[in-house]
Amino acid sequence: MVFRLLKYGLSRDYPVTGDLPATPALQRSYDMVIIGAGGHGLACAHYLSKYHGIRNVAVVEKGWLAGGNTARNTTTIRSNYITPEGIAFYKEGVALYETMSQELDFNVMFSQRGQLTLAHTEATLRSFHLRAETGRHMGIGIEVVDQKGVEALCPHLNMDYGGALEVLGGLWHPDGGTARHDAVAWGYAAQAARRGVEIHQRTEVTGIEVTRGRVQAVVTNRGRIAAGQVMIACGGMNYDMALKAGVELPIRCYPLQAMVTQPVKPWLHTLVSSVSLHTYLVQSSRGEVVIGGGSDPYQLYSTRSTLDMKEHLAEGAVHLFPFLRNLRLLRQWAGITDMTPDYSPIMGESPVTGLWLDCGWGTWGFKATPVAGKRMAECIATGQVPNLLKPFALDRFERFALLNEMGATAASH
Amino acid sequence: MKLLVCPLNGPRNVDEFQYLGPLRDMPDPNAFTDAEWARYLFRAENRPGTMLEWWRHRPSNYVFVAERHTVTDRVLRTFDSAELEVRR
Repeated sequence: MVFRLLKYGLSRDYPVTGDLPATPALQRSYDMVIIGAGGHGLACAHYLSKYHGIRNVAVVEKGWLAGGNTARNTTTIRSNYITPEGIAFYKEGVALYETMSQELDFNVMFSQRGQLTLAHTEATLRSFHLRAETGRHMGIGIEVVDQKGVEALCPHLNMDYGGALEVLGGLWHPDGGTARHDAVAWGYAAQAARRGVEIHQRTEVTGIEVTRGRVQAVVTNRGRIAAGQVMIACGGMNYDMALKAGVELPIRCYPLQAMVTQPVKPWLHTLVSSVSLHTYLVQSSRGEVVIGGGSDPYQLYSTRSTLDMKEHLAEGAVHLFPFLRNLRLLRQWAGITDMTPDYSPIMGESPVTGLWLDCGWGTWGFKATPVAGKRMAECIATGQVPNLLKPFALDRFERFALLNEMGATAASH
Repeated sequence: MKLLVCPLNGPRNVDEFQYLGPLRDMPDPNAFTDAEWARYLFRAENRPGTMLEWWRHRPSNYVFVAERHTVTDRVLRTFDSAELEVRR
C-alpha cells in the first residue's frame, strides 16, 4: 500500500485527471450561453450536449461552480405538491434522481428515505387529505398516516400528547429523499465538460444585447459573447438578470436561512417537516442534522443570517426532537430565493426571442434540477415548449392562470 | 436591522412590525388593460438598491412608509404616508 502510494505519487506518468477542466479562454461566439453554473444551468448543458448534440455551449458564472443556491439549499427531493401540474413536473424530477448516479457515472448519494410532514391542527390534516388524493391520482406515493403511523415512522419524535402542538397525524411521502447537492452539480458539470461544454467561472454577465426583439449577445467582464440562444438560470439574481434584457419578472427576493448541527450517528431515518413550526429536518450522509428553512419577513438581497431567524429554527427543531438541545451548530447560512406570486417556477419562453427562462425557483429549486435541465434542454433544442413545462410559462400571470403551491412546503413564507 | 423608527411610536423592535411590500402605483381603475392589471397585481419592485415600502406597526395598527436599501438592509428614513400625498 505504502509503496504503491509512493510509486504513483512520484510517477510523472500516472494519469491524474480532474473532473472539471480549468476555465478556458472565452470565444467570441457560442450557439448557446447559459447564465449561471448552478445545478439547473449545468443540468441543461448536460442534456443539451448528450441528447441534442448541442455542444458549442458556454456556461458563464459570476462566482464559482455551484456556489449559489445549489450550495445553500437543504436538499429536499419530493413530489408531494398541490396542483396536478406541479405534481406531474416534480414526479419526473424524483424519477430522474433515482437514476442520476448511473446517468452521470457519479455517485450523488441519493437516499430515498421518505418525507414525513406533520400536522398539529385539524385544518392541516384536512389539507393533507386533499394533497394525498391529488397525489395518488397523479401516481405518486403518498398517504395520510395517524398518530400510531407517525410514531412508527419516526419513533424519536416528540408527539406532544395533550400539548399545544400535539402531532395529530402526518403526510407520508415514501418517494421523498435527499442527495448530495455538490455531487449533483459536479456530476452534471463533468459530463457536460467531457462533451465540449465550456464552463466559465468568475465570468460576470453585465449586459444582455437585444435587437428587434431578439437576443444577440451577452456582455461579460471578460468580453462580449455573441449567442443565438441564452438561458437565464442564476437563482437569486434572476430578476436583475432578466431586467438587463428588458424583461420584468414577477419575482421578489427574500433570503432563506438554514443551518446544520455537528455530526452525530445516524438516527433520523426520514425527512421530517412541520408546516406549523416552519421547520424541517434531514440528517445528511455526514451525520449533520440540516435544519431549514426560515424566510426573512421582508425583501432583501443579503445573505447574512439573523439571530431571530436562527432562534426560530432552533426552537422548532428542539420542540420536535428535544434531545437536539445538546447539539452544537456547526454552520449557518442564507441564500437569496427568487419568489414568485404563486410559489411555482417560471420556465420556457420570454418576450425576447432566443432568451429562455429557468427562473422563479424560490425555495423549491434543488429537487427540480434534473427535470428542469432535461426539459429546458428539450425546449431550447426543439424550439417547442414541452407539455410538462407549458403550465409554468411567464404569461400565466397575464392569463390569471396561476399555479398555487403556497403551503406545499414548510419553509416559512 | 433590529430597530425600526416608527414615525408615530419612535424606535421599536423590528419584530413589532409587519412588512407590507413595496409602494406601487395603481392603474386608473376606469381605464386599464388586463395586462396592466396583471402587472399591477404580480410585478413588484425588486431591484437591488433603495426602495420605498409599506410597513405596519402591529400593536398600534399604524401604517407608514420606509425607505430602505435592499442590499445593505439599512433604513434611510421612515415617514407618515401623508407626506407621500404632499410629494405628489
